[in-house]
Amino acid sequence: MNVMQPFAWVGAATISQAAAAASGTVAEAMVKHTGAAGPEAVGILKAGGIDLLDLMKENLLAPARLVNLKAIPGLEDIVSEADGGLRIGSMVTLARLGEHPEVRSRYPALADAARGAASPQIRNVATLGGNLLQRPRCWYFRAQEYRCLRKGGEHCFAISGENQYHAIFANRPCAIVHASTAATALVALGAAAELADAHGAVQRLPLEEFFVSSQRDPQRENVLQAGQIMTAIRLPPLPAGTRMAHLKQGERDSFDWPLADVAVVLELADGLCRRAAVILGAAAPVPHRAKAAEQVLLGKAITEQIALQAGQAALEGATPLGKNSYKLPLFEAMVRRARARALARG
Amino acid sequence: MTTPSPQRTETFPCGLGADGLGEVTRQIPADEPPPLPPNSQLEVIGKPIARHNGRAKVTGAIRFTVDVTLPGLLHGRILRSAMPHAIIRSIDTSLAARHPGVRALVLVARPGDALSATVRYVGAPVAALAAESAAAAEEALRLIRVQYDPLPFVVELDRARAPSAPLVHDSVSVPRGHASGFPAPPDLPLHGNVRGPATLQRGDSAQGFAQADVVLEGEYRTQVQTHCCLEPHAIVADWGSEGLTVYISTQFTSGVRHELAEAFGLPLSRVRVVVDGMGGGFGSKSMLGNYGRLAVVLSRQAQAPVRIALDRQEEQIDSGNRPATWQRLRIGARNDGSLTAIALRSYGTAGVALGAGVGNVADALYRCPNVDTAQYDVFINAGPGCAMRGPGNVPGAWGMEQAIDELAERLVLDPLLLRDRIDASPVRREERRIGAERVDWRRRHAPGADAGVVKRGLGMAQSLWGANVQINAACEVRALRDGSVEVLSSVQDIGTGVGTVLAQVVAEVLGLRPEAITVRIGDTEFPAGPPSYGSRTTASITPPARTAAWQVLQSLLREAALALEVAPDALMAREGRIIVRGEPSRGMAFRDATALLRTDCVSAVASRSDDYGGFRRRMGDAAIAQQDLGGVQFAAVAVDTETGIVRVERVVAVQDCGRPLNPRQIESQVHGGVLMGLSFALFEERIIDQQTGRMVNPNLEQYRLAGCRETPQIEVVLLENYQGRSATDAYGIAEPSNIATAPAIANAVYNAIGVRVRSLPLTPGAILGALGKLRAGA
Ligand SMILES: Cc1cc2nc3c(=O)[nH]c(=O)nc-3n(C[C@H](O)[C@H](O)[C@H](O)COP(=O)(O)OP(=O)(O)OC[C@H]3O[C@@H](n4cnc5c(N)ncnc54)[C@H](O)[C@@H]3O)c2cc1C
Ligand code: SF4
Repeated sequence: MNVMQPFAWVGAATISQAAAAASGTVAEAMVKHTGAAGPEAVGILKAGGIDLLDLMKENLLAPARLVNLKAIPGLEDIVSEADGGLRIGSMVTLARLGEHPEVRSRYPALADAARGAASPQIRNVATLGGNLLQRPRCWYFRAQEYRCLRKGGEHCFAISGENQYHAIFANRPCAIVHASTAATALVALGAAAELADAHGAVQRLPLEEFFVSSQRDPQRENVLQAGQIMTAIRLPPLPAGTRMAHLKQGERDSFDWPLADVAVVLELADGLCRRAAVILGAAAPVPHRAKAAEQVLLGKAITEQIALQAGQAALEGATPLGKNSYKLPLFEAMVRRARARALARG
Repeated sequence: MTTPSPQRTETFPCGLGADGLGEVTRQIPADEPPPLPPNSQLEVIGKPIARHNGRAKVTGAIRFTVDVTLPGLLHGRILRSAMPHAIIRSIDTSLAARHPGVRALVLVARPGDALSATVRYVGAPVAALAAESAAAAEEALRLIRVQYDPLPFVVELDRARAPSAPLVHDSVSVPRGHASGFPAPPDLPLHGNVRGPATLQRGDSAQGFAQADVVLEGEYRTQVQTHCCLEPHAIVADWGSEGLTVYISTQFTSGVRHELAEAFGLPLSRVRVVVDGMGGGFGSKSMLGNYGRLAVVLSRQAQAPVRIALDRQEEQIDSGNRPATWQRLRIGARNDGSLTAIALRSYGTAGVALGAGVGNVADALYRCPNVDTAQYDVFINAGPGCAMRGPGNVPGAWGMEQAIDELAERLVLDPLLLRDRIDASPVRREERRIGAERVDWRRRHAPGADAGVVKRGLGMAQSLWGANVQINAACEVRALRDGSVEVLSSVQDIGTGVGTVLAQVVAEVLGLRPEAITVRIGDTEFPAGPPSYGSRTTASITPPARTAAWQVLQSLLREAALALEVAPDALMAREGRIIVRGEPSRGMAFRDATALLRTDCVSAVASRSDDYGGFRRRMGDAAIAQQDLGGVQFAAVAVDTETGIVRVERVVAVQDCGRPLNPRQIESQVHGGVLMGLSFALFEERIIDQQTGRMVNPNLEQYRLAGCRETPQIEVVLLENYQGRSATDAYGIAEPSNIATAPAIANAVYNAIGVRVRSLPLTPGAILGALGKLRAGA
């Protein structure tokens, strides 16, 4: 049995209470390495707890206090906004997100991503906020035995090691893939994160800027600071004629992570593509925007031929590692299929 | 030998159920029951009876080893090596020993003693302790300081074969093999890390190849598969003044009892081994294990019961695994398909242990006069392998059954037709016929001929497994005065349902319903039962159960005969009554017959006699029946040629196990075998980091098992194969049902995409690679 370290349980009633109690982020705590019992951490936020408990059971994290967000009112709301967008509370579960009528009709790519993640049991507990803020699944990162670069060490074990599930883009100095499939869809949709602090200040940040490349900082996946709460995700209104899809391909369909996932959002007018977002998940340390693929699509009528070109262009800039070059043909096919699924949705 | 026991002659039904039964005459021991008619004429045997403990399982009432609690129970934990190869210079346990919760502590590695102080894989036990709580044990474990002097290591099969590779073993530490030849014969030469070969020669293979019109050559690889029992390896050891009692999740209560008696110098009478519910065992729970021994040592030291239950990571790295193999096959054939020569060379690795051969598929599945095989074990710095469901023959069939398909293609013969020509087994011939009809084999297209991105394919493969029997297997049946009946044996139900089958066999004899039989098993207080490995449990324990029940019935009939004033042999047991043959209205209730007993209970103990007509081979307590077990499986797959995803859509498994005793439970075994084979074919793989020697996927998240959405439609067709070999004529199913699945899938994948993949597992990367779709960078 892995035995967790004892910790105190703090039930926060308001956002400011939670923010005041959240004196550290998981990323910071895991870099400060203290002894065999695992890095000590101070007050750590807990949403569904899926990722957090995993880290604690593996002795990667030993928080002194867990600050539970569940009792804070309002964080589970999904509301339409005046500008026509949608505001989704950070504590909305993936299960609810995937079934929500508004999400399914207006942002089906997000519903796809939510419904395709993990397993029904996990989706019933996992929250959107926690999903976006979960830590990577790199197997060196997840094992106490390896103090790798992302945990404050000197060395990335994956780049020259077992990297079959690692990044094919922007994979230096750390080659994780971002773990969230919801993030792939949200970045494609142009979503923004809402971050609140203990004093009631609220910051809005496009998700794409919220995530941090490994080149910029290999020890964190996002810019969340200690004392900040992610309160909601805001989806912008989308013009009529926007088509979208999210596809995930795992090695298995049951209980598994993606080998590759792709979100495509296309704004069509008069048969031509006015705006294109092609985002690859499980491809890079952050949701990866396939700019060259977007360029291929822009201003064109999306024929089979164009789709084929876009699929190939999506791989531009890839730097596969020793054991993951199979992801290239996989992504190429998935970009085409996501496009086809988006258009078929009508 | 003692004087032969009296015999009598009996005539048994014989043959495959389908084509009308013949008869065979056998000499049988005089104290064994008369021949059992075919299943169609029976009341309980051969019927799909529900598991006797099914309700207890689904309601959680059944007790697994980890559920066992005793007053003052301590929690044991094992400190494991962090290094793949090192000499332990020092172990400082002073802080741990002072931890207030710690009650016992032992060193496995003793610095200064070269043999014990050398660790040879990550996860090897270094020390163990027992404490008053699991948390205290964990805390104390972390207080132990170990200093390692690292040694060079090698964790990969091909690299370990190189003459310059770091040496895993020295002449003292090297395992020596077993006299019985399993997992490896003793006294074979060792060069570097390579031990062997174990050879088999028949005829003259050089001449055979010279006679061949076609020579096929192929290399095949299999990966390490871990057991992944749902229930972990667990033990509660209770060393007391009266003796040692051990609760353990085991496939062999009686064997563990012997191991304990020997290891701790106790008489057998002072050792008791108990198991109730078990959550699976595929070979790794056959013996006491290092964790089991440690629990006993700790219990003796603390004078208190100690529990050790492995966590999932320990399960993955140090509870045994299916060894990885590489093999090269050469097969010579004439144009008509007849085989002229088979040559096999294999290298496998069971980590620091032995037993990585590829079995007897190459030399025994097909008729061939000239055979030359050489199998080598290669040591690497990884956790020990052990027997796992169909050991040897699973990788063996992966190679041979693909090679035969490749040969068929070279000869422009249908794979089924080729097998009809070279496979001597009438049972498998029938199985091929049935399966081919089910899957509409004639409509199978040429390799890769399916148009479109997702290509479908159909393939098949065959299984070969010895019909094993344990001679040292006994069972007691008791009828009590109130009409209740017990069946008792130390045999364990590891999830296969042997308890239910025992109840059926006894009920059939006594004319009762199986629910009326109380099954008391999994405890060495009862007569010693067989192990649950080698697919031998049912074959070994059901004949003595039937014999004992029959002997009990004879006693009852004698009492009833007096009361009914007829001769005992005029009576029979049926539908809860003892009745006069041909005069069903004359008789008495079974309960009224037992009420006549002079004592509270009439009992008989019977043990497994030799198969009627003799065994093919006997090794100590074990023996092999005349006729092998087989099975033929057909797989239908869909391969996405753009993503490399293989989906198995349907598996038709046509299996035989002698007389099927409970088709429902057998089907469940076959489902398990097929799923395990599918999971092995597509997903599972122990991945070891080459730089640190540590398994990077020691959990069930990154070590992938097939889940519910990967489960194909599985159709099981069961043959009834009567041979009149024992009181029940039943043999095993667990392993034969696991052997053909992976090669059947591989042959189907080839049929789908027209490219052969000879290495496992068939991941998207492997499929895309085979299709030539991999390239570096864009
Ligand atoms: C087998 C398996 C398969 C999976 N497959 C997928 C998959 O396909 N796709 C996918 O996307 N995910 C997958 N997951 C991951 C799973 O979806 C996430 O672990 C889960 O969504 C985390 O959400 P949570 O609410 O439980 O987060 P928690 O574990 O509670 O929190 C995660 C992190 O976020 C922080 N946090 C949480 N909420 C807030 C907030 N409001 N403000 C600030 N910080 C916060 C916590 O401090 C913590 O660091 C899988 C998981 C498993 C076990
Ligand atoms: S990929 Fe990143 S997380 Fe994984 S070992 Fe390398 S540095 Fe650590």
